[in-house]
Amino acid sequence: MTEQSRVEPVTALFKSRLSVVNLGLASFADNLAAVGAEVVQVDWRPPAGGDEVVLAALDRIANSEIDVEAANKKAVDILLAAKPTLIDIGVAGEVIPGMTPTTVLHSGPPVTWERMCGPMKGGVIGGLIYEGLAKDRAEAEALAGSGRITFAPCHAYGAVGPMAGIVTAKMPVWIFENVAFGNRAYSTVNEGLGKVLRYGAFSDEVIERLRWIEAELYPVMKKALKRHGPIDMKGVIAQALQMGDEGHNRNRAGTSLIIRELAPTLVQLGEPVERIVRILEFLNANDHFFLNLSMPSCKCALDAARNVKGSSMIVAMARNGTDFGVQISGLGDRWFTGPASMVEGLYLPGYSAKDAAPDIGDSVITETAGIGGFCMAAAPAIVKFVGGSPQDAIAYTTRMYEITLAENAAYQIPALDFRGSPTGVDVRKVVETGILPVVNTGIAHKEPGVGMVGAGLVKPPRNCFRDAVLAFAEAYGAAPASSRSNP
Amino acid sequence: MKTVFVEKESYYDSALLMLTSQEVKKTSGVHDATVAMGTAMNLDLLRSLGFDAAALAEATPNDLVIAIDCESAESAKAARAAAKQALSRKAKPATGDATNAAPTSLVAALRDQTDANLAVISLPGAYAAREARKALESGLHVMLFSDNVSLEDEIALKAMSRRKGLLLMGPDCGTAIVNGMPLCFANVVKRGPVGVIGASGTGIQEVTCLIDRAGSGVSQAIGAGGRDLKNERVGGATTLMGIEALADDDETKVIVIISKPPAKAVAEQVVAALERAGKPAVAFFVGATPAPRRTDSVVHFAGNLEETAAMAVALAKGKRYAPRAFSAPETEIEAIVKRETRRVAPSQRYLRGYFTGGTLADEAWIVAHRATGDVHSNNQTDPKFVLADPRRSVGHTVVDLGDDAFTVGRPHPMIDPSARVERMMAERKDRGIAVVVVDVVIGYGSHPDPAGAFAPAVEAMREAAHKRGGYLPVLASITGTAGDPQNFAQQKAKLEAAGCVVMPSNHQACALATKILERIGARRKSRKAGAR
Repeated sequence: MTEQSRVEPVTALFKSRLSVVNLGLASFADNLAAVGAEVVQVDWRPPAGGDEVVLAALDRIANSEIDVEAANKKAVDILLAAKPTLIDIGVAGEVIPGMTPTTVLHSGPPVTWERMCGPMKGGVIGGLIYEGLAKDRAEAEALAGSGRITFAPCHAYGAVGPMAGIVTAKMPVWIFENVAFGNRAYSTVNEGLGKVLRYGAFSDEVIERLRWIEAELYPVMKKALKRHGPIDMKGVIAQALQMGDEGHNRNRAGTSLIIRELAPTLVQLGEPVERIVRILEFLNANDHFFLNLSMPSCKCALDAARNVKGSSMIVAMARNGTDFGVQISGLGDRWFTGPASMVEGLYLPGYSAKDAAPDIGDSVITETAGIGGFCMAAAPAIVKFVGGSPQDAIAYTTRMYEITLAENAAYQIPALDFRGSPTGVDVRKVVETGILPVVNTGIAHKEPGVGMVGAGLVKPPRNCFRDAVLAFAEAYGAAPASSRSNP
Repeated sequence: MKTVFVEKESYYDSALLMLTSQEVKKTSGVHDATVAMGTAMNLDLLRSLGFDAAALAEATPNDLVIAIDCESAESAKAARAAAKQALSRKAKPATGDATNAAPTSLVAALRDQTDANLAVISLPGAYAAREARKALESGLHVMLFSDNVSLEDEIALKAMSRRKGLLLMGPDCGTAIVNGMPLCFANVVKRGPVGVIGASGTGIQEVTCLIDRAGSGVSQAIGAGGRDLKNERVGGATTLMGIEALADDDETKVIVIISKPPAKAVAEQVVAALERAGKPAVAFFVGATPAPRRTDSVVHFAGNLEETAAMAVALAKGKRYAPRAFSAPETEIEAIVKRETRRVAPSQRYLRGYFTGGTLADEAWIVAHRATGDVHSNNQTDPKFVLADPRRSVGHTVVDLGDDAFTVGRPHPMIDPSARVERMMAERKDRGIAVVVVDVVIGYGSHPDPAGAFAPAVEAMREAAHKRGGYLPVLASITGTAGDPQNFAQQKAKLEAAGCVVMPSNHQACALATKILERIGARRKSRKAGAR
């Protein structure tokens, strides 16, 4: 202790008005308030619910040689600096690296055909029929179970898909580039509501719509994007958040903005009027058209922040209807999974909780990137999902600041005085505070092919975050305390 | 029966409509209800559910459809009314409790309190270190009140605080005064030239109160924690940092250090740091014989808490320190000794100290042990005299009721006086007790009326001695100031009404107790001699 210390902060304290954070006995706070100090009492609860295994892991991480704070700053800075840009539309088998004619991508963490939930099986069946690999349900099921189909998560191929998230080789996909870092992401074209493939429907109308997207929408959109040039999605999402969207459960503003952006180009392509009308009507009829643009925007932003050594930032959350999974920047492609939960939500006319499938889809990539449920306060029109009042929505968003690393100055929330959205979930903070990420979601019918039956909030399973923290401690933590303290 | 109502040109958000559907279903006599906009998809669905296609045909996507499956036309009407009421309901008052409620973590608190500069932590030890680390990481100074923080954690936290130039007080630090604000257990002490650094809570309280009562004041009082100087590995980290800071603090003219005897190497560093600071300093190492002062050093060594305060005040005022045992004149003390021993019975031989303050208890057993060589205490440093069972007094005993042995699962006796009351009530039957010494610690953090709370126990002990044909002197001192919320004068009056002799300091109460013991012992000897 011979080195000269800097004590200026201490002498400054001697002359400062005390502003105290009190953790513990409330009487200490009362006394300070009585003598005129500024004091806030923390409604303290044991971190990680007092789970000693987790606390030991968190301590090991805190005592790590790796500077986790610096690593997290690096990761979240990458996320904030992302420039997701819609550059093109292409055919999955041609543009997604590694995609083969027998590859079927699905949402969420890896899952075998046997373990897939109803809507996902339906989506696979539809996908195989659409590809011409099977002519009906029976053939598709036999093929799916034969081992000749390569099932893989969208996430492993730079893609994301809502609900079942099925991507097959012939499907047109939006091509996104994070122009700040050069990485790409892909997503199919949103099919609309009702009987659609992403909800596991595979009837003729579903397949016909997919073929129409391929045959008519795809070539026109390709021309339109070429003529229009790249679309900066960060700007569009930022505007949508100012217009009442949160980019996951409400996409009306985003969809409108995209139509507004593309319509002048579409009409100048020289295509037959009725063709342009069909395309614009298709866009206009589907409030969630924008979801398949907001999701890959988030995906390419987050993918750039993968594999930052020592970072505990979550770079993917996703569900396949069977499992909920998370991936951590510093832990590579490893998934930490827990059982997919049931959604707490409100139901469309004629449906109830008994019709619901467990939580499914890659759309939670939006929350992972700091929009969606994290921006609930930006979307007053849908606050009924979170208890009814705009105050409730603000409360949900406000809580997310406790588990995130940064605020995204580009994505501002008007109701919070234009505060940046809570961005970059630190898995340590999730486990420590017990605050789970707020995830907005649609609810699929449990039977293939029925479609959306409601929407609401889902609570991710706690254990996947816990397992991730334990693995992180194994990978980066100091030796356990018992072997450190050597009196 | 299935009934359809179409409300023209009434647009509602679909989420609100889903909620409304759920509410309408609760109407009595209603089996099922759908409240939805008249979109093609919804109309299809309602037709498939068997609702009247003709009625549905008039609905457009801008119209509200209320479709009710119910028992009667009345319940259909009631359901329609319920739907309209639900849709027209004024927004309920905000329920966003998470926005208004207290923050649930340090990090959340810092988002609200952006100018925060100090964290006061009194959580269970296992969690306290974690929160202290986070507070330091967030740039806050820390007062770590909690005990049971591991040595490893203390060392790591103090290394971190030094790196960041932040003050970490504690762990196991009960008292501090920073920029005039009393923290945890602290008194309302006048502002003044003396900067205090103490390992323990009541040691700081007693010294700062005596400084106040001597007409001077305190600039800052820093709690360093019990191990700071005692443990070589902690190495006096907080104390040394405190000395540097007080050296740089213009307001501080005199520096006071109070601790149990430090590890040797640490003591040397502390003295060297005080000399580097260059300001007059007083060090009191509880239980150690004061080292003689070197004439070339600014450091003075005191022999007890009161002397510590008196020396510091003298130095601050630029006056000579004149040592004295009692504030009152010798004749007055002699009168008290005479009065209080006159009716003490021959069976009464032992001193009992019932203390709530740890350092005050230390001072008591040390003073009495020096006089008698035979004082038991749970705080004794000589293993021969450590109480085998802290719950039972034997011979001369000074018990620190704030010891961990008494506070597991119950509040500290400075907050909850019942442990001391119970102990005194239980021992009132002990015929051997000759004199009782007690402390009364007031100020912030303490019980609102400690004197009133244990006065009945004093009366009961004195009453029991009286009934046995004896007399029980009870000597008390109050650690407090005129500014304390409990009202010093009233506390003193209550003690005196219960029969206590209230001395101006703990040391004087203890010194008086030894005088009384001597007088009783002398009388016993002369009685024995006379009997022969």
